[in-house]
Amino acid sequence: MNAEEKKVLVEPLVDNNPITLQVLGICSALAVTSQMSTALIMSLALTTVTAFSSAGIAAIRNHVPSSVRIIAQMVIIASLVIVVDQLLKAFAYEVSKQLSVFVGLIITNCIVMGRAEAYAMKNPPWESFLDGIGNGLGYSLILISVAFVRELFGSGKLLGIDVLPLMKDGGWYVPNGLLLLPPSAFFLIGLLIWAIRTWKPKQVEQADFAIIPAHGEAH
Amino acid sequence: MSSSTESVKNPQEDKFAVWKEKANRYAQHVLALPNDSFEKTIAVALGLCLVGAVLVSGSAVALKSLQESNKSKDEKVNILEVAGLKTEGVNIDEAFKQIEPKIIDLATGNPVDNIDAKSFDQRKAAKDPALSVTIPADEDIANIKRKAKYAKVYQVMEGGKIKALILPVNGYGLWSTMYGFIALEGDGETVIGLNLYDQAETPGLGGEVVNPKWKALWKGKKVYNLAKKDVHESNLSEKGQTIETGEVALGLVKGNVDPSKPGAEYQVDALAGATLTSRGVSNLIRYWMGKDGFGPYLAKIRSARG
Repeated sequence: MNAEEKKVLVEPLVDNNPITLQVLGICSALAVTSQMSTALIMSLALTTVTAFSSAGIAAIRNHVPSSVRIIAQMVIIASLVIVVDQLLKAFAYEVSKQLSVFVGLIITNCIVMGRAEAYAMKNPPWESFLDGIGNGLGYSLILISVAFVRELFGSGKLLGIDVLPLMKDGGWYVPNGLLLLPPSAFFLIGLLIWAIRTWKPKQVEQADFAIIPAHGEAH
Repeated sequence: MSSSTESVKNPQEDKFAVWKEKANRYAQHVLALPNDSFEKTIAVALGLCLVGAVLVSGSAVALKSLQESNKSKDEKVNILEVAGLKTEGVNIDEAFKQIEPKIIDLATGNPVDNIDAKSFDQRKAAKDPALSVTIPADEDIANIKRKAKYAKVYQVMEGGKIKALILPVNGYGLWSTMYGFIALEGDGETVIGLNLYDQAETPGLGGEVVNPKWKALWKGKKVYNLAKKDVHESNLSEKGQTIETGEVALGLVKGNVDPSKPGAEYQVDALAGATLTSRGVSNLIRYWMGKDGFGPYLAKIRSARG
């Protein structure tokens, strides 16, 4: 594996993570992370779609007219998403019911489009494929971490198996109901971004403009 | 000999080769065009759409039978589960043989013979103007707006008698229309179970309608206050309802149900932290067990038993 291949595969995990650095793909990260099982399947679906759509787009990149390039990318992405959705309905029916519309919404996931525009349009298929895998894994990493916290502390379970015995079932743990609601994913992703940027200060963005101190505070 | 077979085969092969040659030449011609030329834009767009369409329709057609068997199996599991007939290791198709789907006319409660029970889809029918009715706003307590004129009920038969009834119900909770089945004993009154298999309520709160512990609370509850006519008689005459239809008494209550108090047989614990979902469940029971839902049908079942 050469340096470029390694870079596109590893960099999106932490250094250039699509969720925590580029802040893309947030909506699905809020919606499907209340349980580990849905988060895992969603990660798998998104990684597959990103990898194959990037490869497909890279393969035709030199022949896509720039005036219709977004639509051309969308056709490829949408077709792949529908295929993935059909596959889930056929082979993972229970999970596909839980994911409901969110599989279809991969079409509009900014990560897929973002990688198509930013990488696949300028690079050969194999590298683009790896870039898709890398970014999918970066997304998966965040999704699974968030789902881990939400499911463990929100319902005392992991992958549907009881880990913390709940008070109402005779145990000692009182679940945190907030963690089951979508806003909690915002807090968790925010905390993750904070943690990663403290670990890697390079990711902290320069302020676009300085805030002028309010009158009276300057003294 | 050989020349005659060749002469039969050749024209088709020729045609194909000519087409292939033409297509090849055209592809090369298009690919060589500048990217932003009008012709290439159209050709690339069409080509991509064609590939996408083949991919999508191919997968849809190839996987259809698998998906449909998943779907029907899922429905059968839901029905068996609500009737308490699903036990570990039981063959689903085998267990389903004792269950008989029937189409009934909701307004009269009479069975309908000219609709095929196997293929009838009540959820689809509820959206079809020819097969459904709009529910007037003041009667629409379950907040479902439309309902099918006919309902698909399942009768569990044993020795020529109805042992259990499984009725489809739906109603709006907090976020979603919940779809499910309610199973009643053959007396048309005692609950076996309630299974809201399709809902999108808040996980952990309203979503607890799928919790087996909560679902177990329904067993043995009564739908109508028929037995206690004397208690509610004044109410009944006020509302002008007939005694036969009875008043739907079953619903969710806040706090724990005290089994020693009168009326406990009509009460089920509401879900903690899910007031609106609980209200939705109460409403859908009240609607579907009432005169606009299965009331007439269940009244007939009860009177047939005597």
